Amino acid sequence: MKYMLLIYMNEGAMNQAEREQCFGDSTKLCHDLAAQGKFIGAGPLHPVATATSVRIRNGQRLVTSGPFAETHEQLGGYYLIDAKDLDEAIAIAARVPPVSKGTVEIRPVFELAGLPTKT
Amino acid sequence: MTAAAAADSRATVDAVYRTESRRVLATLIRLLGDFDLAEEAMHEAFASAVEQWPREGVPANPRAWLVSAGRFRAIDTLRRRARFDASLADLASRIDADSQAAVDSDGVEDDRLRLIFTCCHPALAPEAQVALTLREVCGLTTEEIARAFLTTPSTLAQRIVRAKAKIKSAGIPYEVPSRAELPERLDSVLRVIYLVFNEGYAASSGTSVTRKELSGEAIRLGRLIAELLAEPEVLGLLGLMLLQESRRVARTSPAGELILLENQDRTLWNREQIAEGLALVQRAFASRRLGAFTLQAAIASVHAEAESAAQTDWWRIVGFYDVLAELEPSPVVALNRAVAVAMRDGPHAGLALIDAILADGDLAEYHLAHAARADLCRRMGSTAEARASYQRALALARQEPERQFLQRRLAELP
Repeated sequence: MKYMLLIYMNEGAMNQAEREQCFGDSTKLCHDLAAQGKFIGAGPLHPVATATSVRIRNGQRLVTSGPFAETHEQLGGYYLIDAKDLDEAIAIAARVPPVSKGTVEIRPVFELAGLPTKT
Repeated sequence: MTAAAAADSRATVDAVYRTESRRVLATLIRLLGDFDLAEEAMHEAFASAVEQWPREGVPANPRAWLVSAGRFRAIDTLRRRARFDASLADLASRIDADSQAAVDSDGVEDDRLRLIFTCCHPALAPEAQVALTLREVCGLTTEEIARAFLTTPSTLAQRIVRAKAKIKSAGIPYEVPSRAELPERLDSVLRVIYLVFNEGYAASSGTSVTRKELSGEAIRLGRLIAELLAEPEVLGLLGLMLLQESRRVARTSPAGELILLENQDRTLWNREQIAEGLALVQRAFASRRLGAFTLQAAIASVHAEAESAAQTDWWRIVGFYDVLAELEPSPVVALNRAVAVAMRDGPHAGLALIDAILADGDLAEYHLAHAARADLCRRMGSTAEARASYQRALALARQEPERQFLQRRLAELP
């Protein structure tokens, strides 16, 4: 099954040194997962300050800055993995480096038929 | 076949249903990978038994027969539905291809554990864990569960439907967790069982009949797990439930009024349950791995062993609370410890502790904290303070028997 691991944390939770350590550890984890055939994709996100929102209302395209919700934790990155079941996904989520600072939300990915497959 | 023989084998099916239906269901869920399909298959298997056993005789191994019959019926059902949904044909073939060995394997007891661990998976909301466990593991109807928890059957049914949907779409496995995950997962199972027990033991809801049944189910679940997985905390929880249950008759008056431990008629305590509870606590202690349930059971066992309230060994009780407060610190544990200290060292010592706990704020709205404070003031002869605290407790208490108890205490003040 495919699972999306969404990483929520306070953007100020890590200093530069911790961030670099986190990137290094995350890269290593991704290689570990890839070696077991469980890695599909991953990526840290630039801060929420860089976010742009698009909607179409009444045929009109609206582009705005943000959203800047007043929440304590922001979406900061993601992993897309292939795991046997939820317990395996939980075990992987517990190894994601930011888990000790923020929260990892596990969402099963709905398998939509007819999507293009990567070759 | 005579009418009497037919009635006889019908009675056999009924008896087998009572003892085996949950085991059959647990195994079918593993084989079919789907709760609803398994439930349907189990009912069809029993329907076949009603029809065939009177004619062909009761099979040597009824459970294996039922699992087998259920599996074939499920494959049939899936093939019939495959006319509308081609993916079901694959599923039917896969189930069909799984060897008969999967049915006969002696992993059947493990299936019951798998079912419990899945129903109590921490990814499910606590109230869904409770509902699902009572429905799937204990076989209570949604009406029975709804009545016990003072909710409507439709709310409860919806809770169960949502939980099953999450098991399926989130990929919650049908597995006994690995050694590494066991402590965390077992914790969740034991919490659900104790919640069911307390719902049956506390006077919070339902009629006394449904309450007693819930406690009985919790004890049955505790026995089942103790039989299959004798971890110290499993034994501790079962011991704790038995020791508390042993006092059921003594803790309310015929008029339904609450009777405190110190005023209970100890000859009414169930000696059989006490003996079993004490033995379990000893086994749990022998492991040297003490958990919160074992410690609470140990405290209950000190009460159980005291011939009268005056002979209670408060030194040991305070000692157990000290360990418990270190292992799982909580304001409620601190409050109970303070009451035990008051019994050991006198009300002044307890009052100082309770006032410190109330000052921390967590229990400021907890009626039992104020009731405990009132009781100590009463014993010290500080009537005005006792009255103020009883009134505060009465303002916060929700449950009728507790309110009546507090009103009685207020009226008794000089």
